Amino acid sequence: MQFFGGSEISPSPPVPTATGNNAHRMYIFNRNGVCLLYREWNRPLHTLNPQQDHKLMFGLLFSLKSLTAKMDPTNAEKGNLGIPQFPGQGCSFHSFRTNTYKLSFMETPSGIKFILITNPRTGDLRETLKYIYNLYVEYVAKNALYTPGTLIRCELFNTALDQYVRSIA
Amino acid sequence: MAAIYSLYVINKSGGLIFYKDYGSKGRMDTNDSLRVASLWHSMHAISQQLSPTTGCTGIELLEADTFDLHCFQSLTGTKFFVVCEPGTQNMEDLLKAVYELYTDYVLKNPFYEMEMPIRCELFDINLTRAIQKDRVALLGR
Repeated sequence: MQFFGGSEISPSPPVPTATGNNAHRMYIFNRNGVCLLYREWNRPLHTLNPQQDHKLMFGLLFSLKSLTAKMDPTNAEKGNLGIPQFPGQGCSFHSFRTNTYKLSFMETPSGIKFILITNPRTGDLRETLKYIYNLYVEYVAKNALYTPGTLIRCELFNTALDQYVRSIA
Repeated sequence: MAAIYSLYVINKSGGLIFYKDYGSKGRMDTNDSLRVASLWHSMHAISQQLSPTTGCTGIELLEADTFDLHCFQSLTGTKFFVVCEPGTQNMEDLLKAVYELYTDYVLKNPFYEMEMPIRCELFDINLTRAIQKDRVALLGR
């Protein structure tokens, strides 16, 4: 698997793929499963408390990744189901769709997972997530006061993210 | 080149009742296919819990790096899912056709016990035909 094609940082946000208020929520997890950021824009239904919700989400992504790694029909050397894998190793997935939402997923080489949940009719959001990763690098990773592995409390990042998500939504 | 890699049918409790491989590399053994099927069953259920709105019926399409997985759930909870090349179209129709074959040749078979592995010759024959037809249609496009 190739991560980002090139090393260049996309200078401008990708063109929106759909119109309408369609972004529901966003998660950022680090490689240990700690939820670094949770933003919610439009979520009428809450079934669990936030902690359990984050755990369930991380568990779902983890298991789906081991499922896709095991199912990969183009590779004969797959190992056992559920074998731990490094980011970028094995076959991963970039989105799934149900009748009520679409989940787009991106994992960086350092194991940070970006999850964006949108309207089911949204198009391919891989570029969008790459752009959000750029925002993360600019406003969080380069922030001197930010300690890696802790909750993201960067005002600038939150406003930039909200603004960008509103522009795609 | 195979457009469809494999087809699975799982019963309402997540047990694998049918698995057919159409030329993927490194075919899964029986144990692995059973595990993958029940894992899919639980992922399908969890995805419903994480829905932002009510009325979610679970994952319909999973887009991985090297394949797409299309899933169709019947009203009784039997799930049919097909693993195919990324971007393959009309898989919903194929799954509905498979469901039709299932109702015709499996459920109407008096010797078939519900929720048990499918061993019906007519189902196999007609399924092969349906998949062939789909491949021919794919070549025509």
